[in-house]
Amino acid sequence: MQQIINFVIRYKHFLLYIFLLMISLGFTIQSHSYHQSSFFNSSNWLTGNIYNASNSVTTYFGLTEENKKLVEENKRLRNILFNIKQEDTIRLDSVALAYTITSGQIINNNFAKARNYLTLNKGEKDSIKPDMGVITTKGILGIVENTSRNFATVQSVLNEKSNINAKIKNTDHFGSLVWNAKRYDVVQLVDIPRLVKLSVGDTIVTGGMSSIFPENVLVGSIQKFDLDTSNSFYTIDVKLFNDMTNVKNVYIVQNTDREEILELEAITEDE
Amino acid sequence: MNNSYFVNTIRFILLVLVQVLVFNQLNFFGFINPMVYILFLYWYPIKENRAAFIGLSFVLGLSIDFFSDSMALHAASTVTIAYIRPAIMRFVFGVNIEFQSFRLGSSTKAQQITFLALLIVVHHLVFFTLEIFSFANTLLILKKTMAIGTATLILCLLFTSLFSVKRP
Repeated sequence: MQQIINFVIRYKHFLLYIFLLMISLGFTIQSHSYHQSSFFNSSNWLTGNIYNASNSVTTYFGLTEENKKLVEENKRLRNILFNIKQEDTIRLDSVALAYTITSGQIINNNFAKARNYLTLNKGEKDSIKPDMGVITTKGILGIVENTSRNFATVQSVLNEKSNINAKIKNTDHFGSLVWNAKRYDVVQLVDIPRLVKLSVGDTIVTGGMSSIFPENVLVGSIQKFDLDTSNSFYTIDVKLFNDMTNVKNVYIVQNTDREEILELEAITEDE
Repeated sequence: MNNSYFVNTIRFILLVLVQVLVFNQLNFFGFINPMVYILFLYWYPIKENRAAFIGLSFVLGLSIDFFSDSMALHAASTVTIAYIRPAIMRFVFGVNIEFQSFRLGSSTKAQQITFLALLIVVHHLVFFTLEIFSFANTLLILKKTMAIGTATLILCLLFTSLFSVKRP
């Protein structure tokens, strides 16, 4: 017994170090992403408010740029609106809308790490929930991972864990959008079969499989493509339309049918 | 003694804020975000309770983690350099470290830079190894450690010359 106590006393600093290291490694290498991020995220009260304060100062420097982007988007939307076919007289009931949109602003942006997260200034009080899609005027940005009352964190597409359903525009060949942590403007589309005809410059859009993003939201264009090691699927480098280093105003998309879809899928899988 | 607590608390808070509000957003060349909060471990008094120092470093790393959504990567790497700091000091300063009169300010410039550089290299290696977490990307880990470590070292040297510590 004396020996053990002596041992503990002699190596107390080493034991303390190992103990704290194990705690931090435990937090880092957890397999459940929800528990992992529900603790360490910048949407909590203190960090969210500090980022909000800093954002309210720095936001003025980008106003001209942001205005240009919004005007550009308005132009695009008016183009669609004025050219819409008039014979379509069916009005959508606001209850029956498939997607609801909330606008928000990014108050903290990361893109230089292997796992990047963004912080939004909208939270539970604006009915933002985890697993909603976040898009900008130019394309997809990420998926809401965590919310607090006033803030939300978004898992960026520039995140090793990110996995988004995407397809080649005007076809039904879909794959998964992942990121290899190398360049902040290029993501990878994997699992496209080798039979598919591809060419550099083709547009990649979101697929309709995920119940997070609406179908046909812009993602990027094909930069280059190679066959993977098994020679049966393509790995495609996709250049994002979004400049991930310069985003401010975003739209948070909620699929109103998502819960029903998930429920149905769960029942089907149980059987 | 009271003064030392006060100075360290202020330093702690300021370094966290400077790190998360300025240096985490810097993105020099697209990926270089220097980690200047390591200076806390460089400036921390030498003859202090070691357990408290390790614990404090853990909390420092954890506070950075809360802001940067990085799980506990900063905590793990900071606690590592906090633990091996005495070993690094013995390596850099030799037996001088055992004397009561030893002060960081009284050592040569080369020794101070070596000490700081070793802290940074170990910290960055641990940090990026854990962050990227695959041996396939060893080159990426080394590249990031080299580039960001150099930037951190330069900025830390600037900071140390700006706020030179006059402490017994």
